Amino acid sequence: MRKLILIVLAVLLGGSVVLGGGPAGAQTDTTEAGGGATTTTTEGRVVGVSGVILNDDEPVEGVVIVVKDASGAVVGEATTNADGEYDIPLPGPGDYSSTLDVDSLPDGVNLRNEDRATLEFTLRPGQNRPLLYPLGESDRQEVGGVEKFLQLLVEGIKFGLVIAMGAIGLSLIFGTTGLTNFSHGEMVTFGAMVAWWFNVNFGIQLIPAAVLAIIVGAAVAALYDFAFWRRLRKRGTGLIAMLVISIGMAVLFRYFFLYLFGSRTRPYADYAVQKGVDIGPISIAPKDIISIILSIAVLVAVGLVLNRTKIGKAMRAVADNKDLAASSGIDVDRVILFVWAAGGGLAALGGVLFGVTEQVSYQMGFRLLLLMFAGVTLGGLGTAYGALVGSLIVGIFVQVSTLWVPVELKNVGALVILILILLVRPQGILGQSERVG
Amino acid sequence: MDLRSVLDNSFSAAVGVDAVIYALAAIGLNLQFGYTGLLNFGQVGFAAVGAYGIAVSVTYFGWSLWVGLGVGLAASVVLALLLGLPTLRLRADYLAIVTIAASEIIRLVARSVTFNDYTGGSAGLSAYADSFYDLNPYSGARYSFGPVQLSGNDLWMVTVGWGVVLALTLMLWVLMRSPWGRVLKAIREDEDAVRSLGKNAYWYKMQSLIIGGMMGAVAGFAFAIAKTSVQPDNYSTDFTFFAYAALILGGAATTWGPVVGSIIFWFLLAFTDSLLRQLVSNDKLPEAIISGTQVGQVRFMLVGIGLVLLMVFRPQGIFGNKRELALDE
Repeated sequence: MRKLILIVLAVLLGGSVVLGGGPAGAQTDTTEAGGGATTTTTEGRVVGVSGVILNDDEPVEGVVIVVKDASGAVVGEATTNADGEYDIPLPGPGDYSSTLDVDSLPDGVNLRNEDRATLEFTLRPGQNRPLLYPLGESDRQEVGGVEKFLQLLVEGIKFGLVIAMGAIGLSLIFGTTGLTNFSHGEMVTFGAMVAWWFNVNFGIQLIPAAVLAIIVGAAVAALYDFAFWRRLRKRGTGLIAMLVISIGMAVLFRYFFLYLFGSRTRPYADYAVQKGVDIGPISIAPKDIISIILSIAVLVAVGLVLNRTKIGKAMRAVADNKDLAASSGIDVDRVILFVWAAGGGLAALGGVLFGVTEQVSYQMGFRLLLLMFAGVTLGGLGTAYGALVGSLIVGIFVQVSTLWVPVELKNVGALVILILILLVRPQGILGQSERVG
Repeated sequence: MDLRSVLDNSFSAAVGVDAVIYALAAIGLNLQFGYTGLLNFGQVGFAAVGAYGIAVSVTYFGWSLWVGLGVGLAASVVLALLLGLPTLRLRADYLAIVTIAASEIIRLVARSVTFNDYTGGSAGLSAYADSFYDLNPYSGARYSFGPVQLSGNDLWMVTVGWGVVLALTLMLWVLMRSPWGRVLKAIREDEDAVRSLGKNAYWYKMQSLIIGGMMGAVAGFAFAIAKTSVQPDNYSTDFTFFAYAALILGGAATTWGPVVGSIIFWFLLAFTDSLLRQLVSNDKLPEAIISGTQVGQVRFMLVGIGLVLLMVFRPQGIFGNKRELALDE
């Protein structure tokens, strides 16, 4: 049975997290603060890393951490003291990498994620940041095949639902406008970043921050359609030209996010670290249970809107045949605007849920986009349910495949499946058979 | 404020190795996208296959660089077949999705720890290009042509590079005047009409994808040899988008479009880049708006805006003919 031993890394902030101006605004690199020790900034010790290594709330002594600069030269080294604390002054702001010497850990104690022994980070002037080294029992010795499979299955369902949040919007936009929207991933990133902004910079708890992010995401997506895509449709811009344009917009947005947010991944202030709860053979964090329930509730709501409401019926009508819908009195532009708003809101929610699991970064949406395409293609382009089913299959496949495939290559498997599916059943699982060529 | 050095940098970039690399990639895209109407958004995947083809052949297998060129070309043909077989019978956007996914697969596999022995992981590979530079006839340390300064090795690379660009452009020009080329253009205009005339449109599209992909691999050779090292993260999707921007800027479906497009593209990119850097370092722009590291990000944003504006307002590019490029009827 897997018992997650959680870790909290103390964040020693002192007054030292001085945040540099710059458009990125105030950025704090805090994780859930577990210990309260502080350091003060003194002369000659401007920047550095410090923190506490804990295993199941017990400090671990004698752990060696080595810090190298961008050229690979060792610039700092420390061994944790009896309280598990370490403190490494560094020469100045810049890019560094830190390595925790796994051999220096006591027997039976391992990094929770063994691939994360080396961390890369950037120090700003005057910054003193902690390093995140969660410890825990190594799952390799602990977990049997079936239990690990179930664990990964649950993680896969959670991930698949997150993909579905983006994929349904992508699919509905494709269905109603014919646009393959490559900038949909950036809508996911946008939602995650708006929530991060409210959450970390304004101190709003994550749940209300997420609600705000969904509202902003929906509003901005509607504006995106109203101010941009609608005009292109009116100009008679072709679908392939629009596809290339959406790629241009994706590049523009992605690097604009990088410009504002910086290149590092940042966690939300809430729910960054949670103890797992044991349910039968699997261990799952409460935030993941909430994430799954919330996703299912939202997706059921989307299904009800599509099937039971007037606007939903109009959306399906437009997707089916735009001209016929228009001639039967449906305001096609309004329906498309609604589809974009819904797609934007869903993408924002997906972004927040993805950010809670994997932290927020400017590239998160693009990484998810390829999986969304895989899900949408698998299920059948243009169908909402197909997108849901396809995304779930992709999510589960990505997670479960880590039983055999190295974690770093897990997304590769999903993309290979995408190519194979196109060979065998190009219209997707739920798509109508329609071949061109 | 030194406008002279800004212009010098821009001219150097316009004739330098980057312009060569993207011109090569754009010539391949011109065949696929411009003439045949195929949406290959994974050109960087072909470049990566070419670059790793030579780097792995030399460093891991110990073969010569020239064998590596063959390996890279063969690998790009295999990749084109792999991507084309499932998607070329389907609607155009499937190829776009599959190619962009495949190019990410190649990058992720190349940078993975699992294949570290072959590809060098995220650090990549180096020290494979010596046999190319051994042939360098320019012995001088530094050559200057007006504003452009080049080292002997760079001059050798640029000479060969532009030579290959010229050869491929001429080859494409001849090809597109042949009956074969007319079939490709006809497929772009109306695939059903081509099929009803008894042509195997699927196989013609496949040939276009393969030849364009091999040109992508040649771009990868130039990239790998010019930089004398391959790093997987240089082969991200941005490479493809840059090549598209260069192609559309010059004019898709024109003979010189990709070449002139790449030259202008790199001139503009270097111009804005060094102008911004000058402004930042002379404190003409406040640190709060833009810092040194953010200049590089602005470049990408400009490429994005440029791509959008071109596609909206002048999809035929500088030299193109709008009627020639009827991508959608």
